[in-house]
Amino acid sequence: MITTSNLSKKYSGNLVLNIENLDIPKGQSFGLVGNNGAGKTTYFSLLLDLIQPSSGQIENNGILVHESEDWKPFTSAFIDESFLIGYLTAEEYFYFIGELRGQNKADVDTLVSQFEDFFHGEIVGQKKYLRDLSKGNQKKAGIVAALIGNPEVIILDEPFANLDPTTQIRLKQIIKNLAEQQGVTVLVSSHDLMHVTDVCERIVVLEKGEIIKDLATSDATLKELEAHFAQTA
Amino acid sequence: MIKLFLSLEWKSFLRSASFGKSLAIKILMGFFALYFIGMFLFIGFFMDKILKQVFPDIDPLVAFNGLLFFWIIGDLLIRFFFQKLPVMTVKPLLTLPVKRKAVVNYVLGKSAVSFINFLPLFAAVPFGIKLISSGYNTSTVLIWILVIIIITLINNFLNFIIESLSAKTELSFLPIIVFVGSLFALNHFNIINVSEALSKGVTSILENPIFILIPILILVGLYIYNFKILRDKLFLDSGLKTKIKEVNASNLDWTKNFGDIAPFLQLDLKLIWRNKRTKSSAFMVLIGLFYGLFFYPQPIYQDMPWFFLFIGVFSTGIFLINFGQFIPAWDSGYYKLLMSQNIKYEQYLKSKFTLMAVSVVILFVLGIPYVFFGWKILLAHFAAAIYNVGVNTHVILWGGSFNRKKIDLNKKAAFNYQGTGAVQWLIGIPLLILPLGLFALFYFLIGFEWACLILALFGVIGIVFHQSFMKYITAKYLKSKYKMVNAFDQDN
Repeated sequence: MITTSNLSKKYSGNLVLNIENLDIPKGQSFGLVGNNGAGKTTYFSLLLDLIQPSSGQIENNGILVHESEDWKPFTSAFIDESFLIGYLTAEEYFYFIGELRGQNKADVDTLVSQFEDFFHGEIVGQKKYLRDLSKGNQKKAGIVAALIGNPEVIILDEPFANLDPTTQIRLKQIIKNLAEQQGVTVLVSSHDLMHVTDVCERIVVLEKGEIIKDLATSDATLKELEAHFAQTA
Repeated sequence: MIKLFLSLEWKSFLRSASFGKSLAIKILMGFFALYFIGMFLFIGFFMDKILKQVFPDIDPLVAFNGLLFFWIIGDLLIRFFFQKLPVMTVKPLLTLPVKRKAVVNYVLGKSAVSFINFLPLFAAVPFGIKLISSGYNTSTVLIWILVIIIITLINNFLNFIIESLSAKTELSFLPIIVFVGSLFALNHFNIINVSEALSKGVTSILENPIFILIPILILVGLYIYNFKILRDKLFLDSGLKTKIKEVNASNLDWTKNFGDIAPFLQLDLKLIWRNKRTKSSAFMVLIGLFYGLFFYPQPIYQDMPWFFLFIGVFSTGIFLINFGQFIPAWDSGYYKLLMSQNIKYEQYLKSKFTLMAVSVVILFVLGIPYVFFGWKILLAHFAAAIYNVGVNTHVILWGGSFNRKKIDLNKKAAFNYQGTGAVQWLIGIPLLILPLGLFALFYFLIGFEWACLILALFGVIGIVFHQSFMKYITAKYLKSKYKMVNAFDQDN
């Protein structure tokens, strides 16, 4: 689904990302871990064509992301709060995204109603603007908005941060379900090794922009990751 | 402690992301400052002569005191628009062992030594010296200067109280208008003769210096009040517990008539109505609409038909200018979202275009009563409206592709220059000066009607080639996409 080749990103001569080859097949739940500055968000931004690669390319379902915009209809993302429109209510925001993705209000309502327990009654029907919600609730709204319109690729940057434990557990189920049952390719980055190993079938460790580990998740993975990060610290 | 605060501020000035740009603005401000110093010095040196001319029978000092009231009112107005309470990033300080008192005193103290407070001295000191040389008692003049300083400081702190009131209301300049207006009205209709009372007060201070305690007490009172307001604001929970207003969402289904741009149109309408700053730019429309009333009733302008078009462009295009100049910065807060969504840039821009074009038509229709001042005015406004729709909308959208400054929609509305850069100044040339110049040229060459026709023709050409213009502009936006995403990501 997503093929990265010879990708690099430099900021004033500083190499922040350098991925020679990375293949993410369709329907994989893919986890990206690494310390601060490892290049996780840079990679996601390149994937969404928000920054330009210094060299190389990313192919999303056969489409070069920095040349064509045709990857947009089947790709969605929630990177940070700047993906929210503060002066809309959560419903209005969902409908807006829905409309951009060719979904009518009924479609959006059906999808959103599946996440009632995820929202915990704090998002929909609140008559509050998104800017007035707490950080955690904003995040929930953003994540669900990324699921609107049956995307085939979903990119979530640090989805577990700022969420309460109950929601974290629910989110893990949602992500697993997406990849296993609906064949969606889910890309997740996280600092929480336990969550990623729970959710992702494959985990890639970035360090200073380079891939240094590429693991198929097994019972030993968490231990291995913990050992790795304990040693680099 | 103060030394520490000062060094913090110096660093925040030097290390801010937009240092280069804000330096240019500061240099410009420096020139303005010099200009004002010059003006005040001039007034100071020639005050006695001017007063002698206007009030030949009255002693210059007494005459000046008589004008003090108007000076105070003017000073307050200017302060409201240009002076802001110095800001300091206090959040990181709150958990550190710094006394809140020290922070507040520092902020207030800093405001007292701001440039605007020194300005009156540039007038008062030369005037005083001249008074002494013309035989006044030195100590009287010194006390008078002291009174002026105290009044200036009273104004300084009074202004902050008014500003803190106005921050709470939707129409932010209402409190100052009400305050100054009622003072002026009381005086004007002789209900309370404030200006005479003030003048008498100052005279009695000069005769009996012990009375100077009264203005000093007022000053201290205002300082304490300001201190209280600020200290209450310094608690974190006052920043955290934001008033959450209930949303009353309106159904904007009628926008569906506009076809595929409907979602963006809805978004834009909500953007305008739900954010303070955009809302106030919607209210500016009223000012634009009545702009002609400043000119048309005056006979001088009746003989300057070449000027009608300028007013026409301005009053039918006020929304276009106000809203358009910050496209796409209005959406800077969620620009990354828009860029990663499945949107057609052209639809996004077309929604903005439609809004602006519709506003021009509405404003023209509302401005039809100007025909009262002559049919020529209506004709000029009509030509201006067509020109606005056909040319200026495209020009301002094109200019928007150079916008690189973020706008934080949550910030206060009035006199907020965030997001203003060179683009906003430069775009005025093609927007206002060019049609004015063209019109004036054709007016003097071939006459008024022809000039109107030619300007309208430009507009029609613009409308005819709308599609290709939009294509060109869209390509322009696409080209600067990465730069915009990057720039809107930074706080300036």
